[in-house]
Amino acid sequence: MDARSVILAACTLILFALHQDFWNWRTVYPLVFGFLPIGLAYHAAYTLAAAAWLAVLVKWAWPAHLEEDRQRGPEA
Amino acid sequence: MTAALFVGLYLAAVLYIGVFAFRRGGADQSAENFFLAGRSIGGFVFLFSLFGTHMTAFAILGSSGHAFSNGIVTYGLMASSSALVVPLLLLTLGTRLWSAGRRFGHLTPVQIFRDRWECNHTGTVIFLLQAALLLPYILIGMIGGGTVLRTLSGGMIPYWAGSGLVAVVIMSYVIFGGMRGTAWVNTFQTLLFLTFGAVAVVVIGRGMGGFEQAVSSMLADPSLAGLLTRERVPPSVFFSYAFLPLSAIAFPHVSIFCMTARRMRQFKWTVILYPVCILLIWLPCVFLGVTANSAREIPRIRDKQAARALLASPEGRLPPEALAQSRAQASGDDVLVVLLDHFAPAWLAGLLGAGIMAAVMASDSQILALSTMFTEDIFAWYGHAERYGARAQIATGRLFVFAVTATAYLIALRVPAGIFELAGQYAFAGFSALTPLFVGALYWRGSTKYGALASVVWVMAAVAGIAWFQAATPASKGPPAAYFSLGELALLQRTATGTAIAGYLPVLPMTLISALLFWLVSLVTPKPSKATVERYFGPG
Repeated sequence: MDARSVILAACTLILFALHQDFWNWRTVYPLVFGFLPIGLAYHAAYTLAAAAWLAVLVKWAWPAHLEEDRQRGPEA
Repeated sequence: MTAALFVGLYLAAVLYIGVFAFRRGGADQSAENFFLAGRSIGGFVFLFSLFGTHMTAFAILGSSGHAFSNGIVTYGLMASSSALVVPLLLLTLGTRLWSAGRRFGHLTPVQIFRDRWECNHTGTVIFLLQAALLLPYILIGMIGGGTVLRTLSGGMIPYWAGSGLVAVVIMSYVIFGGMRGTAWVNTFQTLLFLTFGAVAVVVIGRGMGGFEQAVSSMLADPSLAGLLTRERVPPSVFFSYAFLPLSAIAFPHVSIFCMTARRMRQFKWTVILYPVCILLIWLPCVFLGVTANSAREIPRIRDKQAARALLASPEGRLPPEALAQSRAQASGDDVLVVLLDHFAPAWLAGLLGAGIMAAVMASDSQILALSTMFTEDIFAWYGHAERYGARAQIATGRLFVFAVTATAYLIALRVPAGIFELAGQYAFAGFSALTPLFVGALYWRGSTKYGALASVVWVMAAVAGIAWFQAATPASKGPPAAYFSLGELALLQRTATGTAIAGYLPVLPMTLISALLFWLVSLVTPKPSKATVERYFGPG
């Protein structure tokens, strides 16, 4: 495993761990946009952060060696 | 009745898509063309169909119902964990399934397992387990279709006719269109879900006088304010839920769908945009489900809250019938329909009703996956495809779709839905516990068929054991009841909605033990031949 793979795997684990936001457990405040409780707003933001991190993984950890981009007829 | 008309139009549209897909399929009568759309699915259809295939009725009806009863925790429990874990599985395992399917001509995961581990009956056992875990989902979809159609038509369409109509429509487009028709219908359904969510948020938000008003009124009521936090779910249960999305890749309808992509790069945008789709569907559904609690001017909401208060009160035990009745009344699964009935004009409620119908008709891909598995892993594997030819194989697949749908319909008429919901609950854990098999087959040279068999036998025993435990012990009203303890630690508990093992959901120990067994048994048992291992991993 090279250094880049280790760093990417470690960051993925950290993102996975950040899902457990125990510090927001019993609080409603602050209300984001005036109506979104922090416990919900945090996880909405977490979802967007996951999309951003997955874009990084697609860029830097794409398993290009598996690709066999043969033309196989028209697209469905 | 307007709603029923829109739903009728929706059903006609999906039927047309199925017939159109049949004509588009052309004269190619190969199994690959019918079951995998000739491995030709493009990027747009791949993203939306895969998402629609995985996010079933639960995404709309179940999520808002769960949020109505448990609060904002629903989103973190089921959506945001899936937003990271499911695309990661697609990136790390889905691409390898695609590659193995493309290189060796496999159509199902069991074919890959048999080839990779040089096994025969172990593959059959995996097929049987996957089929058994999949059946409850098919039945829940059928039951949901009949129930929603009856609700939307105001009782004019009886349950038997509604679920029968749904069965006939699904059967028709799956039999005619195969994977191509199913993928197109799923794409259409997902786009309807997305539109549904956006329109429902605007209409209901306006009807409530704005979401700030709805949240303020909940904060002012001590019995509702807790729903805006996560205090109703213990952190250990929240953590356990993060393991449930592991099930995604072991679902046959998802793993088989991974092999339909025309090119591997089609996974790229699917991986990146999957969390965004989750956000667009789940956030509105969860938020509307929670804030529905503020709409106390609606009598059905008040009735649900009264039933919930009765279930939560620590005093006294309810007789089993009264307990079941209170649970059914407190259930929030129809809360979106109730809000739409109250806040949306009839024509819009009808249009949105078609969106809800799209959500509950997600059994199609599961029925097709089961048919693909049966024809490939049983019919073809045991020599019938060679004996009778490819046409007979596809005809068998179509006949199997008919048989499964008809059987599911007949069972749905006779057996209460609760049984299948219970089975579905632990099927999720079962599929999660099968994921180590996929990791082992696709990443680990040292994995063996014996390791896989040990893991599968464990999953079978665990699912059966939990099902038996829940059937034999009454659901706990109030705090969980301990049945087996070690000192202060309650090892086995019956909770209001299921089972807890040392405070965690069964999925956690099931998955960890499955992985451990697979690893240990593989270490000490004979490996597949060097030639087979090198075909998958190259010389090493």
